[in-house]
Amino acid sequence: MTRDTDRSTALPFERAAKISLQDSQLRRNLGNATQNIRAKRQRVVDEMDDWEALREAGRAIKERVMHDLDEYLLQLEASVTRAGGHVHWARDAAEANRIVQGIVGSHDVTEVIKVKSMTTDEIKLNDALAEVGVQAIETDLAELIIQLAGEESSHILVPAIHKNRAEIRTLFQRTLGVSDLSDDPRDLANAARRFLRDKFFAAKVGISGANFGVAESGTVCVVESEGNGRMCTTLPQVLVTVMGIEKIIPTWQDYEVFLQLLPRSSTGERMNPYTSFWTGVTDGDGPQEFHLILLDNGRTRVLADEIGRQALHCIRCSACLNVCPVYERAGGHAYRSTYPGPIGAILTPQLKGIDQAPSLPYASSLCGACYEVCPVKINIPEVLVHLRGEVVRDRQARGGLRERLNTETLAMKFLASIFANPSRYERAQRLARLANGPFARNGAIERLPGYLSGWTAMRDLKAVPQQSFRDWWRSRS
Amino acid sequence: MSERAGAKEEILGRIRAALRDAPESSPIPRAYRRTSEETMEARITQFAEMASDYRAHVRLITSSAQLQATIEQACRERSARRIVIPADLPQEWRPKGLELLVDENLPHESLNDVDGVVTACAIVVAQTGTIILDGGFAQGRRAITLIPDYHLCIVFADQIVGLVPEAITELRTARQSTHRPITFISGPSATSDIELSRVEGVHGPRTLEIVIVTEPRTSASI
Repeated sequence: MTRDTDRSTALPFERAAKISLQDSQLRRNLGNATQNIRAKRQRVVDEMDDWEALREAGRAIKERVMHDLDEYLLQLEASVTRAGGHVHWARDAAEANRIVQGIVGSHDVTEVIKVKSMTTDEIKLNDALAEVGVQAIETDLAELIIQLAGEESSHILVPAIHKNRAEIRTLFQRTLGVSDLSDDPRDLANAARRFLRDKFFAAKVGISGANFGVAESGTVCVVESEGNGRMCTTLPQVLVTVMGIEKIIPTWQDYEVFLQLLPRSSTGERMNPYTSFWTGVTDGDGPQEFHLILLDNGRTRVLADEIGRQALHCIRCSACLNVCPVYERAGGHAYRSTYPGPIGAILTPQLKGIDQAPSLPYASSLCGACYEVCPVKINIPEVLVHLRGEVVRDRQARGGLRERLNTETLAMKFLASIFANPSRYERAQRLARLANGPFARNGAIERLPGYLSGWTAMRDLKAVPQQSFRDWWRSRS
Repeated sequence: MSERAGAKEEILGRIRAALRDAPESSPIPRAYRRTSEETMEARITQFAEMASDYRAHVRLITSSAQLQATIEQACRERSARRIVIPADLPQEWRPKGLELLVDENLPHESLNDVDGVVTACAIVVAQTGTIILDGGFAQGRRAITLIPDYHLCIVFADQIVGLVPEAITELRTARQSTHRPITFISGPSATSDIELSRVEGVHGPRTLEIVIVTEPRTSASI
């Protein structure tokens, strides 16, 4: 059950993707799932005449939040405290984990129940709790499946998207000790219900993430389908919520935007089955001790990047995964990151530092489908291109003389100097026309030699024309 | 504690440094639909349709005088004999022939042993088929509508709003419920985690039944 792979030092995307591309079962599961969910999303988005207006409002609200993030955080802290909750601040994963360990330790428990949460995956909270002898039980069906299998999530919304029913049946028979079990999803869900019910009643401490937290009122919410979120946030005496600092929204009223954008983008439903909102603690209803941990863990680093900061607008709907042709084929594991898919490709390198995931900005064909479906209009292709530049600059800065003198760097420097000067540019054009000769056939170059052969391996290059625009312009007079 | 105080100052400091160059943010355009002009009849029809679409069972009755008999019949059809109710569920709604447990902070295990729960709601949303509970009149605490396997919820016509934004506004202004726990329920508990095939009923009630009273509430009915 340990998650011991440190994904930052793992394989680069292009190599990891090659491995998953050979798994035909995975590709079939993923293909079915993403097609299905894309169609559902499109149906419920098409119902909404005001969808574009909602997206624009969502984008603007998130931009406002980022602009005044410090003030909103202080406001949230005050609201939650006023409502009887405790607020903690964590600079990084280790600090957040220490805070949770401390809270859990003060209640003397060996098990806690958990709602699916990307943020607690990101900080590897389950491992940190195991270190102090506390087992975190995942209660979301898919999270339970991957926890029992000792695997990692491969999708933000449907973490076990890579497993089919037969595989899950075998897993449950082995780990839950149920012998009489069919592979009908209904039977499988029932087996999980029976297993978890006792856990829900016994648990003294529940742990959750947060989809949104309102600065004005302190109201935090968890959006879900199965009811495990309701269980975890209602039944235990103590509730600990780990929330990324970017999950703030300014006012209660802003829920009217995000509770329309999120379910339709995410599961393709008009509304998800259950959404739980709570504000501090309430006498006689639910946990009587509430801790909210505000987590930075690289988010302020993302905020400092003028172009990259829009990645913080993400509401974790996963629509961009489902439309991405690269994700659909490579699957979530190839990204080696808590956040896979297009959003992961821009978020992870920024959260962890560009040198920790330098292959991810290239895990895209820049087709732009992700931007089109994003409910808060994050321009993912723009950020990807920006980060590719950062990867090169970072490599040059770190690589020393060898990196500065490699062929690509020198070629780019050379080209830059040519493009910077008109007469140099014209001389280069004449030279290119001469060099064109041996390679061009019928106006196309099909094969270039040596170092340049990569460019023509998959496509033709247009031949350099006999007359340039400049030549033609001069010949007019 | 001092470490934590340090964390707060440091995070705020990082944010302020990160935002030094940030341009002013623009005003938030709210050009989406915020109010609907549908009639009450249209809202009832849409709500019933949307809730049924999520496989909630919907019954329509014309008067609150029919509530008691309707609740009893619905429970019997589900073989639900032991029913938990919130303490403030009106006497005249309470089914006669069933075993009723009034919730006075019943332990979770006892709630697990009942066959169902009957409550009212705060408001519902026609556009999405969503029931909203805020712990107000005849709704009880959250655990009673969560643990039992069958939830019967009573909705009066005037509790149906058209759009999500109208519900959000109503919760803040008229009901002032934003300081209380609020639950949005759209159909029974469900999962699509296995091959994205939808299964109703994981941890919340596996059966959700909605009784819509098509006349508005009167002072006698609440």
